[in-house]
Amino acid sequence: MALLEVNDLSISFGGLRAVDDFDITIEKGELYGLIGPNGAGKTTVFNLLTGVYKPNEGIIRLDGEDITRKSTIEINHAGIARTFQNIRLFKNMPVIDNVKVGLSERYKYSALEGILHLGRYRKVEKEMDEEATRLLKVFDLEGEKDTLAANLPYGKQRKLEIARAMATNPKLLLLDEPAAGMNPNETKELMETIALVRKEFDMTILLIEHDMKLVSGICEKLTVLNFGRVLCQGDTKTVLSDPEVIKAYLGE
Amino acid sequence: MKKQTKDNLITYGIVIGAFVLVQLLANTGHLSSHMKGLLVPVTYYAVIAVALNLCVGILGELSIGHCGFMCVGAFSSAFFSKVTQDSIPTGPRFLLAFIIGILVAAAFGFLIGIPVLRLKGDYLAIVTLAFGEIIKNVLAAFYVGVDSKGVHFSMKSASDLGLLDDGKVIINGAMGITGSPQNSNFTIGIVVLLISLFVVQNLINSRQGRAIMAIRDNSIAAEASGINVTKYKMMAFTISAAIAGASGVLFSHNISSVTASSQYFGYNVSILVLVYVVLGGIGNIRGSVIAATILYMLPEMLRFLNKYRMLIYSIVLIVMMIVNWSPKIIEWRKRTFGKISIGRRKETA
Repeated sequence: MALLEVNDLSISFGGLRAVDDFDITIEKGELYGLIGPNGAGKTTVFNLLTGVYKPNEGIIRLDGEDITRKSTIEINHAGIARTFQNIRLFKNMPVIDNVKVGLSERYKYSALEGILHLGRYRKVEKEMDEEATRLLKVFDLEGEKDTLAANLPYGKQRKLEIARAMATNPKLLLLDEPAAGMNPNETKELMETIALVRKEFDMTILLIEHDMKLVSGICEKLTVLNFGRVLCQGDTKTVLSDPEVIKAYLGE
Repeated sequence: MKKQTKDNLITYGIVIGAFVLVQLLANTGHLSSHMKGLLVPVTYYAVIAVALNLCVGILGELSIGHCGFMCVGAFSSAFFSKVTQDSIPTGPRFLLAFIIGILVAAAFGFLIGIPVLRLKGDYLAIVTLAFGEIIKNVLAAFYVGVDSKGVHFSMKSASDLGLLDDGKVIINGAMGITGSPQNSNFTIGIVVLLISLFVVQNLINSRQGRAIMAIRDNSIAAEASGINVTKYKMMAFTISAAIAGASGVLFSHNISSVTASSQYFGYNVSILVLVYVVLGGIGNIRGSVIAATILYMLPEMLRFLNKYRMLIYSIVLIVMMIVNWSPKIIEWRKRTFGKISIGRRKETA
């Protein structure tokens, strides 16, 4: 059974069908790319998958479970984590606390225990600290764990956002233009980070990207969107040599 | 020891140190009776400043109606204390008054939080302002009396209550509650301040507190991380209202007649508390306590300057603002004083 199965997904804003009959099937462990020209509806697909928008039609299944029209929080608990095109960190909090926020739905104690620092508080906080440090180590951020997130350099902010998403222990990770605004060196480092996430956590990833070097370098399969519709779908090589895709997106 | 724990202990230390110092001065006869009269007000303004900082600095929602919660706490507890004045001994009665004041204020915080927390920014501030005024004005129109038949209620006048001969008027409209017991003292004020500091500082260092601060920094990302935004916003707002209620209990048990007037609970008092919070450093709990103390004492201590005192007060406000917020001064302070910071807890880049 596929990890993510989306059938006939559609949403309209007024008269505009921003996403129209979108289908995608992602198997466990795949690294899947979603590409297309600006305004094709890629981020809208992400927002539909994470419950920010509710679709007009269609079904989304994660690991066999129907998650269509569920809230963002429920979908996160079901196992989809995401990053954002414009980085959204908790800027005035230290790096480690950013990750701990991601962990907080997995390591629980009651509000009363939190306020009195009694009961499970000490034990759970210690486990959280260990787990957060472990995650930061994977992303090579443990040296900056007490730095405010806002003071991190750009590339590390991206990494931290991925680390925070991983902290929620997802089945599927959605990356929205992770290489946006990066120089070639940072992009290369990002590719290594993504490869590391796959290896370390055995993660299934769906990413939106415009950087063709990154896409052709690491994605195994691609879906090309154009005007909200699927233009082409398949493994990376075939898709990128498809004449329709070249005409609509890559340029002749 | 963790940095946070150390920071918290410093705050408790400052409060306890100030308490010991003041007690020494008082016992050796160095405090005038005027100064002694200011001690309890300082504690309840510090408590409400801590409460408001939880709402403004940690939750990130600007509330300018916190005096409304203080008002609710003051009235509910004074009501209870006056009714049970002769039937329950002072100690347990005062404790129960605290519990009642806090619970009623928390309930109001919860109920008002439901509509208010759907709003953002300026709109939220305006609506909290309105609720604060509504609470005050509605309470000023209440007439409540108790006799052997039970509690009587009216919104017209005290004579409409139809009390029996053995009855007494408890809340007398705009005249408020008169003759309720005065049990507040400086020691109890300090204990309440320490407890509210304990609650807020512990909350900040828990998963609930981190969730609240995550919502402040980016609610969309918080939701995408599985944080229940509504729940944690309500939690912070309710706790903040409850602490404001505790300051109201201290207030109403410190004066002989509690009236729901603008002098005590008006929006200008809410703004005054907001000034304490902003100048003490938004999100900096210790700063709120220090700013509340200095800024409350100052106009009183400057009384001998007569008409110049408000001028000096405003200059102090400007100086504090510069010291706490100007990036160059913060830098200079860090160089000179090292790790001792009375300013913002965390500077943003």
